[in-house]
Amino acid sequence: MRITSLVVPVFVLGVILYSLHNKVGVFDTFIEGAKENIAVCFDILPSLVALMLAVEMFKASGALSALTELIKPITSIIGIPSECVPLALMRPVSGSGALSMLDSILSEYGADSFIGRVASVLMGSTETTLYTVAVYFGAVKIKKTRHALPSALVGDFMAFLLSALAVRLFLGE
Amino acid sequence: MIDFILAGIIAISCIYGFINGGADAVSNAVLTSGQTAVTLTLSILGAMATWGGVMKLAEKSGLTDRIARLISPVISLIFRGLDRNSRAFKAIAMNITANLFGLGNAATPLGIEAMKELKAEENCGEVASRNMVLLTVINTSSIELIPSTVAALRLTYGSKSPMDILPCVMMVSVLSLTAAVVCAYVFDGVGRRKK
Repeated sequence: MRITSLVVPVFVLGVILYSLHNKVGVFDTFIEGAKENIAVCFDILPSLVALMLAVEMFKASGALSALTELIKPITSIIGIPSECVPLALMRPVSGSGALSMLDSILSEYGADSFIGRVASVLMGSTETTLYTVAVYFGAVKIKKTRHALPSALVGDFMAFLLSALAVRLFLGE
Repeated sequence: MIDFILAGIIAISCIYGFINGGADAVSNAVLTSGQTAVTLTLSILGAMATWGGVMKLAEKSGLTDRIARLISPVISLIFRGLDRNSRAFKAIAMNITANLFGLGNAATPLGIEAMKELKAEENCGEVASRNMVLLTVINTSSIELIPSTVAALRLTYGSKSPMDILPCVMMVSVLSLTAAVVCAYVFDGVGRRKK
């Protein structure tokens, strides 16, 4: 048994006990949250369909594996699986696109493979940067965003470099 | 921008596919990709619903408020010079807590509220202030404690222990966020000196 297997059940139990303690209607509140997230899933489905179309066509045409082979010499120097580069490029631009890429990587290489794990870590530790910057500054009508985007992209690039390192460190190759 | 990316990828796929004799495969991809998207949605739908329920409890029970207070020393360390009793500070604390819990629905309105408060307090017109840049940078790096969507997807692809990536995700999140925040400070200093 891994210690990480304890995190989720202990967290869930803790939240429920804390809710009981503070007299929150556990069942009704749970349902409300579940309903919200189901709506979110269906809200993103249309954009997921659009980006899945692009990702699946790209994969089927052979262009994806050609690209992966092309960049292999560079990525092998820094120790990153080249199969994860398309995901890293898609991640800051589109959340649905990245989810489509991750889905395709996991189905092709397996969830417990080195490539699958690196892709999962990358997905879990980064966000849709361009969208977030646009929404946050757009909402307050700021036109000069100064160094926000460069700093955020440095963060994304760091996450990309470190994800393979972290998987090697904690889980091996 | 997304229009060009979508069109670009599809154009490259068609050209590359036709040249290399993969037209059949590309054609099939068009017909099946919608199904793949639906399957993907359905495979994470259940976990998303469960997680939404648990997180709504964390929110309503006041657990997130408590965490927000707990992390305020860290926030005043990052947002230097921001009054801890200001409304902007409170909104930032709530936004960051919502992100930690993966409450995407709650995080964005809170973040926008924080941006509005910052704009009002710092009176900076159309130019982003350092604190605004910092808040945005924090929101562009995922600080979610439990990556539930990724774990659910890994489980559907037969992972034996989908949460085993947790230490990796935490390490990468913390280090990449640190890099982005340090960058924001350094670029801010450089920008000031130029003036």
